[in-house]
Amino acid sequence: MSKLVLRNLLRRFGSFTAVDNIDLTLNEGEFVSLLGPSGCGKTTTLRMIAGFIAPTGGTIESDGVALSSPEAVTPPERRGMSMIFQSYAIWPNMTVAENVGFGLKLRKLSAEEVRRRTGEILEVVQMGHLAGRYPSELSGGQQQRVALARAIVVKPSVLLLDEPLSNLDANLREEMRFEIRRLHDEFRITTVYVTHDQAEAMVTSDRIAVMNAGRIEQVDEPFALYNRPRTRFVAGFIGRTNFLEARVKGGQLDLGGFALPGSILNGHTPAAGQSMLLSIRPQSIGLSREPGGDALSVPARIVEGAYLGEYWDYLVVPDGSEETKLRVTTLPSQRHQPGEKVWLHFDPAQLVPIA
Amino acid sequence: MLRRLSVIEPATLLWLLLVAALVVLVAWPVAELLRTSFMAPRTGEWTLSNYTAAYGRARYVEALFNSLYLGAASAAICAVLAVPMAWACSRTDMPGRGFAWFTVLAAFIIPPYLGAVGWILLAGPNSGWINQAWVWLTGAEESLVNVYTFWGMSIVIALHSYPFIFIFTKSALDLVNSEMEDAANILGAGTWTTTLKITLPLVWPTILAGIILVFLETIALFGTPAIIGIPARINVVTTQLWQFFEHPVRAEVAAAYAMPLLLITAGLIGLQKIMLSRKGYVSQTGKGGERRLIKLGPWRWVLLAWCGFVCLLSVAAPMVALLQASFSRAWGRGFSLDNLTIMNYRYLLFEHDGAALSVVNTFVFSAAAATLAIFIALAIAYVVKRKLLPGGGALAFLCMAPFVIPGIVMAIGFYAAYAGPPLTLYGTAAIMILAFTARFLPIAYANGAAGVQMIHPEMEEAVRILGGGRLTAVKSVLIPLLKKALLGGWLLVFILATRELSAAIFLVGPETRTISVLLYDLSEEGNLEVLSALGGILLVITLVFVGTGMKLIGRDFMLRRGGE
Repeated sequence: MSKLVLRNLLRRFGSFTAVDNIDLTLNEGEFVSLLGPSGCGKTTTLRMIAGFIAPTGGTIESDGVALSSPEAVTPPERRGMSMIFQSYAIWPNMTVAENVGFGLKLRKLSAEEVRRRTGEILEVVQMGHLAGRYPSELSGGQQQRVALARAIVVKPSVLLLDEPLSNLDANLREEMRFEIRRLHDEFRITTVYVTHDQAEAMVTSDRIAVMNAGRIEQVDEPFALYNRPRTRFVAGFIGRTNFLEARVKGGQLDLGGFALPGSILNGHTPAAGQSMLLSIRPQSIGLSREPGGDALSVPARIVEGAYLGEYWDYLVVPDGSEETKLRVTTLPSQRHQPGEKVWLHFDPAQLVPIA
Repeated sequence: MLRRLSVIEPATLLWLLLVAALVVLVAWPVAELLRTSFMAPRTGEWTLSNYTAAYGRARYVEALFNSLYLGAASAAICAVLAVPMAWACSRTDMPGRGFAWFTVLAAFIIPPYLGAVGWILLAGPNSGWINQAWVWLTGAEESLVNVYTFWGMSIVIALHSYPFIFIFTKSALDLVNSEMEDAANILGAGTWTTTLKITLPLVWPTILAGIILVFLETIALFGTPAIIGIPARINVVTTQLWQFFEHPVRAEVAAAYAMPLLLITAGLIGLQKIMLSRKGYVSQTGKGGERRLIKLGPWRWVLLAWCGFVCLLSVAAPMVALLQASFSRAWGRGFSLDNLTIMNYRYLLFEHDGAALSVVNTFVFSAAAATLAIFIALAIAYVVKRKLLPGGGALAFLCMAPFVIPGIVMAIGFYAAYAGPPLTLYGTAAIMILAFTARFLPIAYANGAAGVQMIHPEMEEAVRILGGGRLTAVKSVLIPLLKKALLGGWLLVFILATRELSAAIFLVGPETRTISVLLYDLSEEGNLEVLSALGGILLVITLVFVGTGMKLIGRDFMLRRGGE
């Protein structure tokens, strides 16, 4: 059943359109990320879901009940949601336990019940031993856990997270990604997660909505998003990629200086004369000193190489097309010198046509 | 199923209340001031005759020029006193920097007219301590110094006002990166060249802003010109305004006469704002790099002596003279046991008809005004900073407007608006409290706005998303977090209100006299021992509250830049 529905959601600030007619539907218990560069409208969308910002157009519904429209907005306190803020917003005038119990008290639960549930959730986030501390005595990671506990303990209808990990150092960030996913697996709260970090989104999410310039470009599971990007922006934003401009000529894909057989695009038969854009990831192009013996091998030359420990990163130019420069990554053991003659091997399954 | 809840938020009601408060406190008095100045007193017709009456006489015009000279003279003296001290405290290894800081703080918290009383005891013609010592030492016939002169008055005012320039200059110097000086040093400039060609030019706009502030404080000052200037027959704008209020009261002429003061103040504050906002001149990049103190060698003793000299003139000497007089039967007889008495204090507190009441009034009015001002200012700051409603900018503007209105002009506006029918508040506690509230609203607002700005909006949003309304957010998060800042603002307004004279003197009635007003009345009677004792009482009250504030909030709570 669909839990949260955004319909033609629009938000302008003066003449600037921050959120441009987006549609998004979340199922009960689903974890969806809004992923995009800064200024793409993802935080504005989240704050509209929370009720802090009124939409200029469109609606937001939860369980079939309208929450936001340009005419009326249910205030945040009546939405039964909870949120984790970029700054954590842990109240420094209250102890850890008071912070976590605050939402329960607002729900008029008995003191006994508040204490019991606060204690339980603090154990879940491994903060039980620090219940009496004040926030100023906690590390960034610990504050983050308090924020998580405070948001989850009220069993919200929707949990909203606004770049919650951006203030943590790299190691802690990696740990907290898995922590957030673990909590979601445990409690199954419908979640909207805003981030600009694709790794964060891929670890935590069931589906990712990639946003750019106020629009949603693609909504998909992490695997599909990486392997079957539908737009140039998505292909370039999620991981690194090479774009190839192709023109269809006599059953061949002319890639400007070198060509591949048109049959390699499975189930996708382009008309003659049509031009199209192909995306291929750097690790999906094979690199060797010998030709592979089929039409998908192309002679090329190494222009430059960088050793990054986990892999080699080469810039390679196919013979006969000085314009095309391809990024190719190889195993750390595979070393080439600039100027060296090599062969590139294309795997048809990895060549993705972009709309 | 859409609930129209955003429309009826209680914010709208709050907005109306705040607008009403600001109209009563600021807009209406200012409007009445303007209207009165253009209106014939009996017929109520529009006229320019008030302006011709106000500026028709050479004596009145001369008073305006006297004010400007006085402002310029005391501002110049302040700069001479304060800039070397500020430089020594900020950039050098001078010993006793804490002592210099304490001197500035003490000079700042002493009510200005108490310094004037102290200096009458020190430098009164013939009988003043300095003159007595001079005659005794040299056998001369003539007095050495006389406080009842233009320069005497300028110096006394400067000795109270120099902390403004000190604070401005020091905070700017603190922001100058040592590397700026290092860059000059490495190119071959010595310490003095660097200081004169690099460091001081960098902070010059800030010093100038401080000088403007002192100039404005001086031309709006009533207490010292009244206590020293009137006996010396030096007429300035503020004392002339006061004379328009002697019987028969000519409020409409006073209103017209006050206009230049208002225009000069508003204009110069605008200019000061422009100078302080010039980016890229003083490097506001914060305390980048390591700060290196300049080694002064033997010169450090010269600078320390200068600080000691300023301390002696501004704090030690006048306060010792004041306290000695307050515990004396006759102050001229000096320090001896048979001259020692607590009679003056006993007389004031138990026998004088009105002194005890004036102490109570001072407490009640100041506490009420501080509470009102802090409340209104916080509410406005919240509405403005959280952008709850459109038009917040107008609220903030009204709230800050009294900053460019000299207290004495504000008081005339209050007189014009509320003294007569239909409200007839003249002589009531209400008009005093309202006037004090309006006068210190900008300080309270600056305090409240800085506080609200400090609290991340997400702190309150976290309350709301968990199910609490805006009021819950304010009550359970904002107020607890701002407790200290609000208390500091309250104490600051309270302390400033306890010494307020220029607004009080125009609105006071027989039952509403405050310590400051009584002090002025006693100064006209000429009983310096009793006058000093009342000064002593005010000093004790001030010290108790400043001490409380420093203990609760921190050493510098009164000296934050832009405090007044």
